[in-house]
Amino acid sequence: MTTVATHSIRQRVLAFAERRLPALTRLRRAEALPVTLHRRHIYVLPTRFGLAFGVLLAIMLLGALNYGNNPALLLTCVLGAAAWMSLFAGFRTLSGLSLLDIGAPPCHAGDALRVTCRFAVDDRARPSLRLGRGDAEVAFALPAQSSGTATVEMPAMTRGWFRPGRLKIWSDQPLGLFVVWSWVHPDVALLVYPAIEQDAPPWPRFGGEDGSRIASGGDGELAGLRDYRVGDRPRLIAWKASARQDKLLSRESERRSGDVVAFTHAALAPLDHESRIRRLTAWVVAADDAGLTWRLDLPDQIIGPSQGSAHRHACLRALALSTHAAH
Amino acid sequence: MRLTDRQYELVALTAFAAVAPHLPRLPLSFAIAIVFIAVLRVAMRRRHAGPVSAWIRVPLVAVLVGAVITQYGTLFGREPGSALAAGLLMLKLVETERVRDARAILGFSAFVLMSALLFTQTLAATLGLCAVLALLLAALHALQPAPLDPAHPLRAGLRSGGLLLGLGLPLALASFLFVPRLGAPLWGAPGGDGFGRTGIDDRMSPGGLTELLVDDSPALRVRFDTAAPAPAQRYFRAIVLWDFDGTTWTRERQFQEPATDSLEALSPPVGYEITIEPTDRPWVSVLDLPVEAPENTRLSSDRVVTARGALSTPRRIRASSVTTYRFSITLRDEERKRALSLPEGFNPRALELARRLRAEATGDDAVIRAALANFNASFRYTLSPPPLGRHSVDDFLFDTQAGYCEHYSSAFVVLMRAAGIPARVVTGYQGGWMNEGSGYLLVRQSDAHAWSEVWLEDRGWVRVDPTAAVSPERIERGATAANRDSGWFGTEWWLEARNHLDVVNRLWTETIVQFNALRQRSLLTPFGVRDADHGDLLRVLAGVLAVFLGVATWWVMRGSRDTRGDALDAAWRRLRRRAARRGHEARDGEGPLDYLARLQNGIADEHARGRVTEVVHDYVALRYAHVAPPPERIAAFARLVRELRLPRAVSAHRRATSTD
Repeated sequence: MTTVATHSIRQRVLAFAERRLPALTRLRRAEALPVTLHRRHIYVLPTRFGLAFGVLLAIMLLGALNYGNNPALLLTCVLGAAAWMSLFAGFRTLSGLSLLDIGAPPCHAGDALRVTCRFAVDDRARPSLRLGRGDAEVAFALPAQSSGTATVEMPAMTRGWFRPGRLKIWSDQPLGLFVVWSWVHPDVALLVYPAIEQDAPPWPRFGGEDGSRIASGGDGELAGLRDYRVGDRPRLIAWKASARQDKLLSRESERRSGDVVAFTHAALAPLDHESRIRRLTAWVVAADDAGLTWRLDLPDQIIGPSQGSAHRHACLRALALSTHAAH
Repeated sequence: MRLTDRQYELVALTAFAAVAPHLPRLPLSFAIAIVFIAVLRVAMRRRHAGPVSAWIRVPLVAVLVGAVITQYGTLFGREPGSALAAGLLMLKLVETERVRDARAILGFSAFVLMSALLFTQTLAATLGLCAVLALLLAALHALQPAPLDPAHPLRAGLRSGGLLLGLGLPLALASFLFVPRLGAPLWGAPGGDGFGRTGIDDRMSPGGLTELLVDDSPALRVRFDTAAPAPAQRYFRAIVLWDFDGTTWTRERQFQEPATDSLEALSPPVGYEITIEPTDRPWVSVLDLPVEAPENTRLSSDRVVTARGALSTPRRIRASSVTTYRFSITLRDEERKRALSLPEGFNPRALELARRLRAEATGDDAVIRAALANFNASFRYTLSPPPLGRHSVDDFLFDTQAGYCEHYSSAFVVLMRAAGIPARVVTGYQGGWMNEGSGYLLVRQSDAHAWSEVWLEDRGWVRVDPTAAVSPERIERGATAANRDSGWFGTEWWLEARNHLDVVNRLWTETIVQFNALRQRSLLTPFGVRDADHGDLLRVLAGVLAVFLGVATWWVMRGSRDTRGDALDAAWRRLRRRAARRGHEARDGEGPLDYLARLQNGIADEHARGRVTEVVHDYVALRYAHVAPPPERIAAFARLVRELRLPRAVSAHRRATSTD
């Protein structure tokens, strides 16, 4: 319970600090990459262990003074000075570190985005760096004059552009007495695909160009219709269904003998927009896994027909960024 | 975060190294038990890492506390405290599983390390503990995740720890010099419990000095004002023992009376300065025979010098003594009675021998000579004498005939008393090694010695050393020469090397160990501050620390700056930063001219507005009219920015109504 309470107090203090001292927390502005950490970015505070260690040193000092014991006092001074020097060593761990770029292979919403940050260092090696955002954290080391990457997993809950926001780069190297940290707020956006619908029904199977239908479930029949577009041949128009819907609907006709599948946003009419996106995503993924050729019909664009991972990416990207609201 | 095996073992190694200096002083079974438990845990963790149940840990701590109380009677004080700390440190290893615990252990190890210095303050011990400190920092370093060289955590850690210690050394020395020392302790009387330190004691029984005679740590260092007395004259008197109970010589009563003005010097007094290693006992060893009480000490009528309280830190004392002397008083009856008393029913054969000597000889001198000749005839000097029975003097005189100083002095005094000559045992040191280069005499614990004094009517107390009759080289050439055959001391060259190295030890004792409040006060005398008080010292300390930290900060900060763009960009950023501090925040993506327009709007002062306009136009001209602006013009622009004084921003309507 107490940890929860202190956690929330901490959050509140941080929020207050960010409101009142934006320059200190550097929350406000996203910066263009690359960012090089320097003294205006780097903050230092003792850790809890550092504070305890300070108390210990004070006790040792008092004991040595009380017993008039100079060697013990010398030992205490040597230890204290080394502890203090570790602050400077810690500062040098971060100073001059450059964040070159940030990237992540897209994931589906609800999964964790594996965000990879690429760092470069000058002629000083940097051990024991930590990169974190929220609770996710990763430790990494960079040898001198190299660039290296650190990958941290960030849960991505919604499709579209994901902004990692503020990242904390920190270290308590070398002794764990002082924590040296820097906030980086890179101006980047990472793509998150829509979530895949669990247990999605199979896509409707239509015949080829000639309209001969391949038998499919009752649901699939309706799902195989789309809005009439100028240029559709009259025999593709589903007259009965059009009469019921008070507008012209065309039968889906892309599943030819060449195994082209068409996934149509409009054909999923009873579902809301997000559910359609999820189902279409599931179908795209399944079609690609099966090695099929498919076409994606969205309200504002048609992608394909094509196949392969580039096509899959194009489709998923379009789905991720689709802003079309359901009718 | 869980510790890896390597991390855990490095932490355990550090804890062992911190406890090690305490082990010889702890009760044997206690030391074995705590080390055994810790080693057991280290071994078990290799097979199966995981926390140990509280059902085991809590009772272990309870047993530890119980053991310390049983052993010492209390938990507080230097001895029980350090035993408890060592035990807790070992037990903490049992529950250590995470980085947090490991850090706690290492911090506590530092404390245990320091407490070892409460018992010994030699240079070697301090250097050894500083080496353990490097190990401790290495272990802390090894707790960091993602090391550069995961295969060699110890090497990387030692390099880092050594570097930190080295870089911190100037800071450490400065703080050591200027941290104000306490004039009087805040709590407790330091030292005085007499545990664990060797030294001359006020009891002497057969074999009692053996421990001392094999301890070659320094006891005294003496610097004579004039030439040092001859080796045969180098007797340092610590305690006079009067009372014999058949086995043990003691000093039942202190002699409270100050020494009367009774000493007649037959040679000029020798002045000297003597530095005594801590003994935790009040006795002060001085050259035989002290003329008067040195400062802060007391001199009793039997010429024993005692300090006020035990010597828990090295003490330097000025004294003067005469080596040839005569007493011009008569022995008081009380003292005579005490100097002739012998226990009833002990050593019948020795008493018989004394009566025979007395009957055969004419006068006290002849009795003494006869007794010494008896020793000289068939006795042997050895540091490993055969054990003696109830009649220890009889056994020694007639059966074993082998022993060292305490046997000889004890037997001789018994013989003298039985022959009616007042006699007493004196213990102290004899000999020493003259360090010619540095001009001081080093006396080791192994130079401990016991001799006798007899009362002769016309001369008073006279020193008689029966050991000299048996082993003259013990007196002339020192303990090492006399004991060469017994092999206690290792090879000779080793001792010789150590004798020469003692200069370093002495320097250490004099400059570091004895650096007290008094000497600290005169630290600032060269700078015109006499008798620096705590305030002065703290001010100097703060100043020195500020300088060190300033230099260190400058050193790490140099080069740590915003390096985007060229010098012109840097100067422009500087202008924007300063303007922002005065309330003229630049907006994202705002060009210099738009920014200037807002700046002009926010500045009331006509002159300042003109300057700002000039500077910004200068920037625009440099930035956009050149591919690479000439460096001297950039420098001029940077100077302009530095010299620019911006007034605080005012809102537009206030500007309209303000008068300036």
